[in-house]
Amino acid sequence: MRSEFSVRLTALTRKEIRQMLRDRSNLMVGLLLPVALILLFGYGLSFDVRDAPVALVLDDNSAAAREAVSGIEGSHYLSPVYVDTMARAETMLQSGKVDAIVRVPIDFSRRRAAGGASIQLVLNGIDSTTATSLDAYVSASVSNAMLRRVDREGAAGRGGSITLMQRTWFNEAGISTWYLVPGLIVLVMTLVGAFLTSLLIAREWERGTLEALFVTPVRPLEIVLSKLLPYMAVGLIDLATCLLAARFLFQVPIRGSLFAIVLASALYLAVSLLLGLFISGRTRNQFAASQVALLTSFLPALMLSGFIFDLRNVPVAVQVIAQLLPATHFMGMVKSLFLAGTDWMMVARNCTILAAYALVLIFATRRTLRKTLD
Amino acid sequence: MQSVIAYIAQIAFLCRKEVLAILKDPANRIILLAPAFFQTMLFGYGATFDLTNVSYALLDQSRGAAAREFVTRLDGTGVFEREATLASADQIASVIDPGKVLLAITIPADFDQRLARGEAATIQVILDVRNSSTAATAAGYLNAIAQRFNAAHGAAPAITIERRAWFNPNLNSLWQIMPAMIATLSMLQTLLLAALSVAREREQGTFDQLLVTPLSPLQILVGKALPSILVGIAQSTIVLMIVLFWFRIPMSGSPWLLYLGLLSFTGAAVGIGMSLSALALNMQQAMLYSFLVIMPLTMLSGLLTPIRNMPEGLQLATYVNPLRFGVDLVRRVYLEGAGLADVATDFIPLVLVASVTLPLAAWLFRHRLA
Repeated sequence: MRSEFSVRLTALTRKEIRQMLRDRSNLMVGLLLPVALILLFGYGLSFDVRDAPVALVLDDNSAAAREAVSGIEGSHYLSPVYVDTMARAETMLQSGKVDAIVRVPIDFSRRRAAGGASIQLVLNGIDSTTATSLDAYVSASVSNAMLRRVDREGAAGRGGSITLMQRTWFNEAGISTWYLVPGLIVLVMTLVGAFLTSLLIAREWERGTLEALFVTPVRPLEIVLSKLLPYMAVGLIDLATCLLAARFLFQVPIRGSLFAIVLASALYLAVSLLLGLFISGRTRNQFAASQVALLTSFLPALMLSGFIFDLRNVPVAVQVIAQLLPATHFMGMVKSLFLAGTDWMMVARNCTILAAYALVLIFATRRTLRKTLD
Repeated sequence: MQSVIAYIAQIAFLCRKEVLAILKDPANRIILLAPAFFQTMLFGYGATFDLTNVSYALLDQSRGAAAREFVTRLDGTGVFEREATLASADQIASVIDPGKVLLAITIPADFDQRLARGEAATIQVILDVRNSSTAATAAGYLNAIAQRFNAAHGAAPAITIERRAWFNPNLNSLWQIMPAMIATLSMLQTLLLAALSVAREREQGTFDQLLVTPLSPLQILVGKALPSILVGIAQSTIVLMIVLFWFRIPMSGSPWLLYLGLLSFTGAAVGIGMSLSALALNMQQAMLYSFLVIMPLTMLSGLLTPIRNMPEGLQLATYVNPLRFGVDLVRRVYLEGAGLADVATDFIPLVLVASVTLPLAAWLFRHRLA
């Protein structure tokens, strides 16, 4: 015998599915958006500097000077543009034609023979990320050129030198796509959750259909679940799209357990759909609901979840706020599961946090649907 | 003459009604003005690429004087902080995997002897590259320390690199991000506000009433667009004030030029919002369309990752993105002190987008009745 609960839930869910399917544009966007986003951002977002134009001004055109900057010629990251005068190079930097200027001053050879030469590097600080990378690449290429010289001339110095041998774990080639694409899954799930559900209850309040529902025997919990389930299905299709794109299109390795990834993503999806429902039930007004959904979903997940900005670098107060976001817990877990492997302790802890969020949100949303009228 | 006054008065009445409709509800007032403040504060502290704290694990197998000197140099930077001291190499995974440390440094047993013999001694560094930009920055710091070590020991010819960074002398990423926020934060809400403006009236049925009034579509457009633009400028001003007086990022350019830029930028954003609004049949669709546009506009704007790193095709596509030029314009005027001649090329796409989308919206008012 079926319980009354399941009868009512099935009926309500069927109604929600019909409503969802009736507005095809809504459903189409729900299904196509993740594909579009992951393609656009997977290809569009990158911190990897390649062939950045660098103006080379050789005021001293001697062999020693050329040797010092020879590394810039061979670097994948830099592409030298030879310029005669510093004034022209400065104009090029100002107008963005080059990203940096490397200048070898006129007294370079003389001072190098005396043991204290210098090279000037001028960067455009407006894009400080690129500037920092270029700084590192130019320094490395100059110091490599110098070490090469030492190697060839034998032990010219008094002592031995140290070299760093780097092993990069989890992202061997250091490609930013590898850490951005798993993060994109978080972003897509956040957005899908927010825009699919955040107007559902508010719309019914505005149209008065929710009050009509109050005279029926349905319980608030059943309304919440019936609105969650159909969109959960849409979200899971989106999730599958994202995972397939990450693995096969962007070639991001999945080193952890696929089961853990799917479990965590499904939990997070539920949290973000429920957050949308809660906002909707709380504001009871589509205008406010959509603004709040935009504010609480997209930007925090982008800026504070550790997607791009490393949370290790932020002050404690901001870390505390970041820890309050469900996205932060999902972000850390999904990046590790993709690149590092399965740390079951972490999976268990973060999944518990997400599940707790889901439960709290279910009950909070249920409270907003208590059968009372203003 | 009288007809001109009447024409403008009609627009003013509609504007007034729109402003009242937006601000009448105290909840809306909070929703439209408070987030700009909180987000600016939060992102000002949270959105940073600067590494202030690199935790590392040390495995010192040599226990010699040179190794100690290297570690002292490392700790002396104030950035590197030793989180763990390891006894053997098989402990490395246990501190790297859970993210306890960003890197593990192994100094081999023969480190001191090799240096004393004048040979090259290797330090092994294992980096957690789950976040490749953090790892690259940390690796850059380490290299710099190694170079200084070598130079101090006379192992490498001392060539110093004198670096100067224009417009942002300390390469502080806050300076890169916050001025861009002046444009970004206001765009998000303003676009959505404009997108909901007509859709709400459609859904409530009042838009048909508006269409049968003597107002022309152009007047409706101006009456609906102006309040959104005002809200956008107000939000930008809040962000600007915080960036200027709280984060104290010095502004080099002219405020007039900055506001002229913000005006054309907000106009373009509102134009996009209005067109979406005219297309949408109800608020759900309007919101959907706005979310659909807002995300690519934000992410492909050069706000977080440089445009130059994108594939060619995508770079071309960003020419229709007002935020790309808004961010560029605000950054250059704010940090560089660029004049009108320098940023004139940023105005062209902004004005183009506004002058296509706003009339399009007006046309759609009449031609999309459902």
